[in-house]
Amino acid sequence: MSSVKPNVPAGSAPTSTVQRPERFRTISGTSIEPVYGPEHVAALDYDRDLNDPGQFPYTRGIHPSGYAGKLWTMRQFAGFGTPEETNGRYRQLLAAGGTGLSVAFDLPTLMGKDPDHPLSLGEVGKCGVSIASLADMERLFADIPLSPITTSMTINSPAAMLLAMYLVVAEQQGADWRLISGTIQNDILKEYIAQKEYIYPPGPSMRLVTDVFRFCAEQVPKWNTISVSGYHIREAGSTALQELAFTLRNGIEYVQYGVNAGLDVDTFVPRMSFFFNAHNEFFEEIAKYRAARKLWSHVMRERFGARDERSCKLRFHAQTAGVSLTSQQPRNNVVRTAVQALAAVLGGANSLHTNSLDEALALPTVEAATLALRTQQIIAHESGVRESVDPLGGSYFLEALTADLEAGALDCFRTIDDLGGMIEAIEKGYPQREIAENAYRSQQEMERGERDIVGVNVCIDARALDVPTLYIDEGAAERQVAQLEDLRRTRNADRVVRSLDALRETARGKDNLMPLLLEAVRAYATIGEMCDALRDVWGEYEETPAI
Amino acid sequence: MRKIRVVIAKPGLDGHDRGAKVITRALRDGGMEVIYTGLRQTPEQIVAAALQEDADVIGLSILSGAHNYICPRVMELLQAKEIADILVVIGGIIPDVDVPKLNEMGINGIFPPGSSMRDIVEFIRKNVRTAAASAS
Repeated sequence: MSSVKPNVPAGSAPTSTVQRPERFRTISGTSIEPVYGPEHVAALDYDRDLNDPGQFPYTRGIHPSGYAGKLWTMRQFAGFGTPEETNGRYRQLLAAGGTGLSVAFDLPTLMGKDPDHPLSLGEVGKCGVSIASLADMERLFADIPLSPITTSMTINSPAAMLLAMYLVVAEQQGADWRLISGTIQNDILKEYIAQKEYIYPPGPSMRLVTDVFRFCAEQVPKWNTISVSGYHIREAGSTALQELAFTLRNGIEYVQYGVNAGLDVDTFVPRMSFFFNAHNEFFEEIAKYRAARKLWSHVMRERFGARDERSCKLRFHAQTAGVSLTSQQPRNNVVRTAVQALAAVLGGANSLHTNSLDEALALPTVEAATLALRTQQIIAHESGVRESVDPLGGSYFLEALTADLEAGALDCFRTIDDLGGMIEAIEKGYPQREIAENAYRSQQEMERGERDIVGVNVCIDARALDVPTLYIDEGAAERQVAQLEDLRRTRNADRVVRSLDALRETARGKDNLMPLLLEAVRAYATIGEMCDALRDVWGEYEETPAI
Repeated sequence: MRKIRVVIAKPGLDGHDRGAKVITRALRDGGMEVIYTGLRQTPEQIVAAALQEDADVIGLSILSGAHNYICPRVMELLQAKEIADILVVIGGIIPDVDVPKLNEMGINGIFPPGSSMRDIVEFIRKNVRTAAASAS
């Protein structure tokens, strides 16, 4: 890199030898004016385009009082090793003032495989906690009452199975399904597009999603049945605009499938939520959240004829950008995360996860995770940004960016509608190619010195600046496999077989699968057994990679 | 003149393929012949692909922590098939404590997040050791 930019010692300003463009561009490619003024927002009408917080189209927020009434939920994603180890981390996070739980599952769980499956070798407990059956879920939430807290579970292909496990644990604790709340990610479309943790083909996958919509509308009315996620689309390399557009278009696809399954939009859309990235480019990120709320309110009112205001209010979780973290000078990541988190808060995030400084190196240590939580708490309690709703509303620059992103997203909706819908677009590889293209372009921009990353291509420091990291050994895998063997010996094998046979039978028909999954879970069928039963009927999805 | 032939593989259950795809394109732009295996390849499948493609280099993209199982297995299979002159490099998240073990089994090109594509291309050019590629 030294041929492009001189290596400057830490603390001094970068002395770039690259000619600066006369005009800057946002990550999404919008040209940025040197100064913004009234002429850039002349087309905006306050009542129509912005309106007060809590008023349609909710550009300025869904609550009239913003964070003055209620702070965002500080929800730190965590999970590793065995359920017992993660249970310990949850209790530490709750004791440190975390206000919600968020479960990270390991790859075998995410892919619907048991810890002793050949493909699980080396993966058990590594990227998250290993949950193979109800017995593990019981250990995960031991001595954590599920009534007062809300739990978010990042689980997609087997979301219905993990929800069933959670509901049975809640029931064992005496909690009322009608009162408990939480979220399952349950967003399979972005798996085909970006994160690639899919199991079944799109058709049956969408049936599982709509079965959860219907079941929860009837029996777990406060549960957020889906978290339509742009986060992973962005991490895979998209621009802010692509993240916004693909995510909301995915949202439209889910609503359409719900409608096609015979559901009234106002019975399930109020429990849909969204999940966005909080990346580096401060103003574009804030504009993205505001544009998302405005777009969704119009989609729901005009495209789907929603009558309930709650269907039109887009609620979202934000997470700072994992992909922006650097392994070089890892302590810099605290600062990056703080700036990104501030953007999420100024954009009206309803809940927030802040990444830990060591996450380009490993899963976070408890110290790093606590510092990440403290970052949110400092923004909440010391910065004063919560005291006025949408404090940047009316900024010429921000409103112009918001309008640009909105227009760009509407264009993208039309492209995908013309392809026949999002599933058809995915089958044609359209969003996958767009994202791969941008991922490569942004890597090239960085390497050519057109985009600066402190510690990577500017302000490089040759000294080793290591931080302590968490190391997960193979012990967790051994303990999980041993416990699974015990479970298989002690459970009622007949009940397991009967419940799995019934699951297969129902999968061939059209009835809701949730009651069958609940019975299989109660019988202590494993995640692998339940997912395999459905693989028997539906097969598996295979992608053609778009490079 | 024969181009350096590279198999980029994504082993394990992880689906985060941004790095694998970006490096596939970067190596192609660097003048190499690159085959991307796609997701969820077992060590057996990866070595079979390398054999079939007459590869000089295998690039493994691993972020999930499964390297302690996958890497020894790949190296073992390369030995067994008598193609141990294939250069193996890794991109992804590898804890420092695991690096000496990987070095010992002959894996020296380990590229963490933030690595430059140019450095990876250079490393491969300098270290490729199969007869076919060295002669080119």
